[in-house]
Order: sequence, then C-alpha cells, then structure tokens
Amino acid sequence: MVMDYMLSEEEKMMVETARTIAIEKMKPVREYYDEKEEFPWEIVKEFAKSDLCGVYIPEEYGGFGKGIMGLVLVVEELCKVDGAIALALAATALGALPILIAGSEEQKKKYLPDIASGKKLAAFGLTEANAGSDATGMATTAVKDGDYYVLNGTKCFITNGGDAETYTVFAKTNSARGARGISCFIVEKGMSGFEFGKKEKKMGIKASSTRELIFNNCRVYKDQLLNKEGYGLMIAQATLDRSRPGVAAQALGIATGALDEAVDYARKRVQSGQSIISFQGIQHMLADMATEVEAARALLYASARMIDAGTVKRTSKESAMAKLFCSEVAMNVTTNAVQILGGYGYSREYPVEKMMRDAKITTLYEGTSQIQKNEIALNLIKESVAKTK
Amino acid sequence: MNIIVCIKQVLNTMNVQIDHETGRLKRDGLESIINPFDEYAIEEGVRIKERVGGRVTTITMGPPQAEVILREAIAKGADEGVLLSDRAFSGADTLATSYTLSAAIRFLGNFDIVVCGKQASDGDTAQVGPGIAEMLDIPHVAYVKKIESINDKTIKVERAMEDGYDLIESSLPVLLTVAKEINSPRVASLKRKMIAKKAIIKVLDAAAIGADVKKTGLNGSPTQVMKIFVPQQRTGREKFTGEPSKIAAAVVKRLLDLSLI
Repeated sequence: MVMDYMLSEEEKMMVETARTIAIEKMKPVREYYDEKEEFPWEIVKEFAKSDLCGVYIPEEYGGFGKGIMGLVLVVEELCKVDGAIALALAATALGALPILIAGSEEQKKKYLPDIASGKKLAAFGLTEANAGSDATGMATTAVKDGDYYVLNGTKCFITNGGDAETYTVFAKTNSARGARGISCFIVEKGMSGFEFGKKEKKMGIKASSTRELIFNNCRVYKDQLLNKEGYGLMIAQATLDRSRPGVAAQALGIATGALDEAVDYARKRVQSGQSIISFQGIQHMLADMATEVEAARALLYASARMIDAGTVKRTSKESAMAKLFCSEVAMNVTTNAVQILGGYGYSREYPVEKMMRDAKITTLYEGTSQIQKNEIALNLIKESVAKTK
Repeated sequence: MNIIVCIKQVLNTMNVQIDHETGRLKRDGLESIINPFDEYAIEEGVRIKERVGGRVTTITMGPPQAEVILREAIAKGADEGVLLSDRAFSGADTLATSYTLSAAIRFLGNFDIVVCGKQASDGDTAQVGPGIAEMLDIPHVAYVKKIESINDKTIKVERAMEDGYDLIESSLPVLLTVAKEINSPRVASLKRKMIAKKAIIKVLDAAAIGADVKKTGLNGSPTQVMKIFVPQQRTGREKFTGEPSKIAAAVVKRLLDLSLI
C-alpha cells in the first residue's frame, strides 16, 4: 500500500492505465525481451494506444498535459513490472524535452504531436566516447554552410538509438567559446549522412536499445536548430533538470517491484518449519527497504511537483536529489531482495536478479550519483553565496 | 451501422466468499465490474464500428450505481450509455430481463446488430441474449467466435461448437452472443477515459421505454429460488494404481459394476 500523496483523479487514471498495461501486456513478455534483447515494439504500440506516450506533453500538442509528475507516475508504475521496456517511453521524453523547452512554435507543432501519439520515438544525443560528465569535451561539430549546418562526429550510449525517429543532438558550433559554443539540433532518422553504429551489449535494461549515432557530413537545415547557436548546453542542463526525475521514477518503480517480490517470497518460503518472514532478521531488512522506498517516493513526488509548479527557474538541486536518492535506494533494495530470495534470487527463474541488473543503470546515466552530488553541492554554495551577499 | 451492446454489472468474483448460514454471497467490500464475458461484446461492437462505421450504444439494467460500467464501456470505445433503472425492474430473472432489455432496444429503435456476452459470470444461464432476440423477433447466433464478413444486409460468423465451428450467415438485424475467443479487449486510453468521465448517461425507466411492469422485475419472473446452498465437497473417491493396462481394465470393470457405462 502506497502512502496517500493526494493524487488528482486524472493522476490516478494515469497510474491505473499504466498498471493495466504493465500487468496485462508487459509482465508476460518481460523475460523474453530481457533474454532476446529485442526492442519491444508490441508494447510500444500498447503505450501509444493507451495515450501514455504523451502524458507530459501539453494538450495543445496532442498530449495529456500532466507534466513531469505525469511522466513520473507512469514510468514508476511501468517499472514496477519491467524497468527496461518502459525506457522506450521514458528515453523518448528525454529526447523530446529539448523541443518542449527550447523549440519554436513551428518546431513544437512539427514534432511533438507524433511523439505524444506514440507514432514516433525520440532520443537524446549528448554523450560521446570522450565526453560523458563533461559535455564541453565533445568532438562533434556543426559547421554552418549557407542555409545548412554540416554535422560530423559520433555520439555513443544513446538510448532508443536506431529505433527512435526524432533525435535532439548536441554539437559544437564554435569551439573557441567552450560551454557557450555548443548548439542543439533536431535530426531525423533517414537523413543523408546520419547512420547508426554498434548496439551495446549491456548488464541490464536489455530490452532497451543503446547505439552510436554517426554523423558524416550530415546536412541539417537551419530551421532544425533549437533556439540559437551557443544555447545547446543551457538546453541540455534545463532538460536534465526535468528529465532526472524520470530516471528517479524508473529507479523507484524497480525498487518497489523488488520489495513486493521480496515480501511475497519471504511469506511463502518455509525454513526450519516457519515462513522466513517470521525471522526478525528478514523483517528488519524488509522494514528498511520499505521505509527507503517510501522516502524516495516522497522526495521524488515533491521534486516533480516543484518542477511543474514552475515557481522557481532552476530545479537542478531538487532533481539531482531525487535521482541520487531513488537510484541508490533502487540498488540497495534490489540487492537486498536478491539476498532475501537467496539462491533463487540469483536464478533467472525469479525476477529480482533482473531488477538488480536494471537498477544499476539508474545510478549511472543522466549523470552518475557522484555528478548528482556535485550538482547538489554546487547549488548549496550558490544559495549560501546569495544569502551572504 | 447501429450497434447495441448489452452489458451487466456483476460482483468481482476473484475472491468471493460465501456465508454458509444463508448460502448467499458476502457482498461487503466486493467491487462491481463489467461481466467479464461482456468485455468481449463491447470490444466486438467497437471493432464492428471501426470496420464499417456507425455507432455503439451500450445498455445495462440495474441500480443507479450501474452507470459506472457504462462509463467504462464508453472508455473502451462505445459512443453512448443507456441505464435502465426503475424499482419495477428489480428482482428480474432471465425472462423479465430479456423482456426489459428488448423493450428498451425497441424503444431506441433503428438497430442493426445487438451484441451480448455469451453468459454472465454470476447467473451463468446464457439465456438473456437469445431471450432478447426472441422478443425482438430477430435471428440470433450464440457463441460467436469470429465475424468473417459484414455488410449492411448480412453477416457471416463462426459459431464455436464442441467439435469445431459452424459457419453461419444471417440477415440483419441480428443478435450475437460472443465467446471469449473472438477478440482481446483493449485497454481504455487516457483520452477515452476523460470522454467517459464527462459523458452524459441516459437513464430510462419503465414508463420511458413503454415496458409493461407486470412483465418486469419480480412481477415478470416465473423463476423462484427455493433454496441456496453450498454443494457438499464430494468424498469417497477411489484411486487405482499399477500398470496402465491393468488400471484401465480395473476402472472399466468398476464403472460397469456401478452401471455407469
């Protein structure tokens, strides 16, 4: 039983819809997709038909208009059952947010309705082999040539890469200007000079595709530039402020799923003539797990509500806190769930080993836990300086 | 094409408990849902509409709170919900229910297809669908598992039988009761749920549909429940073990002794 977070009727509606899809459609196939590492198109169609793809997109662009809180609720609910399949939707949100944040009216009208309806998936192209946490180290360039920009370079670890149609890609338009020399472009699959590289073989989230994006003299028309030249990194930061709660929701969903499995198993598993849940050692583990999960949820929902309220300009600290806490809780809770299930937990016959593998990514992508701490500390310093001025 | 889908509100019998003293269901805390078989009827009604165009109207007979299932049907693609609610309808058996639903369908008029689930999960009679067809004096096909083709005059369907299926062609209007093999009901989308939330449910009473109250509810129900009881668990089974050929012979002999074969 989840605590009462005063969800609105429409928020409850989203949770209920996501739960139905997760249990009826995803649960029967989750082992299949993990094993085969195929992209879960049949489930993406279910997301689309039930309007889940556009929960965070405003109604005027065909979405359900329920903000980051809507995205968080849906991703959490789906990830209780499977933390990888849901990424088709969650990583699309990451790819679409730059358009939502910095797109012109024309760009929003052109791209968002197809994303909201689930007709197209999106992806976010920032990371490179030698530019992870430090985006200014990127080598991809966009050189202006008349009405076009010519893109060259390779992005790596791109979630939904190859399966998405719409990409928001970051490239240097002015190497001399450092952080102010990066720009963001909308690039469509199928454009000449835009290819996909190798698909990563990963520890977890195997139902989600992770590929390289390769740009080889890819000519992008100037109206595909988001905002202005040099605004790329600011767009990326504003995007991450809003998208990190999505990763936190993925982590929270996985943690909740693992906790449920652990409680169920501990009740049923009999050793020394009694169910193992009657042992205080197990009880205390479960109590800690449940408390951590609920604290993570409270922090995440509060952050998401704060972002949607829009009363403060930047929410970097809050979204970093939500992501840091939820992802670390997910790792802890899934590890303990495997512990409680013992040998069975380590076996692929039970879902918790997969949950543990899937949970790990949440402490890594969209900034490692250490990067989240940097972000939080930086904001503490800024706030303190502002107070003492 | 005007499609009418008849649905029933039933108790969610996943965890039903029985009061052993009265033999009745313990209704407290049980949620009401659309009769699971009617989910297939709604889905098929909506699929017919998507195939040939038209309008899907769902009808249910029940207390005011039964409007919830009509909204759910709208969320799953129906255009309209009609609730038949009147004290004079309560206590109806299958005959009175068939009469009331047929009176409502006649009142709504201008229909091409009526779709029902093959039976309800509570009564399990499978009588109401065919009963409505008889009272409307239209043909019916029960246990339909596939609609092969449909146009504005005729329909060709597969009827599930124990040893295969029959291929049946009927003129319209027609009433179909559908088996669960026919489709896989969709998950209601968020936008449809919003439409359903705002939909106006038409509520009709006996006078509105021109029903004779002598034929509705308890008045119109010849069925009388004499006793409700929980069947005794059967005991006294026999177990045969050993070589398969010897077991077979022993079983046959025993059945012959009991005059069962």
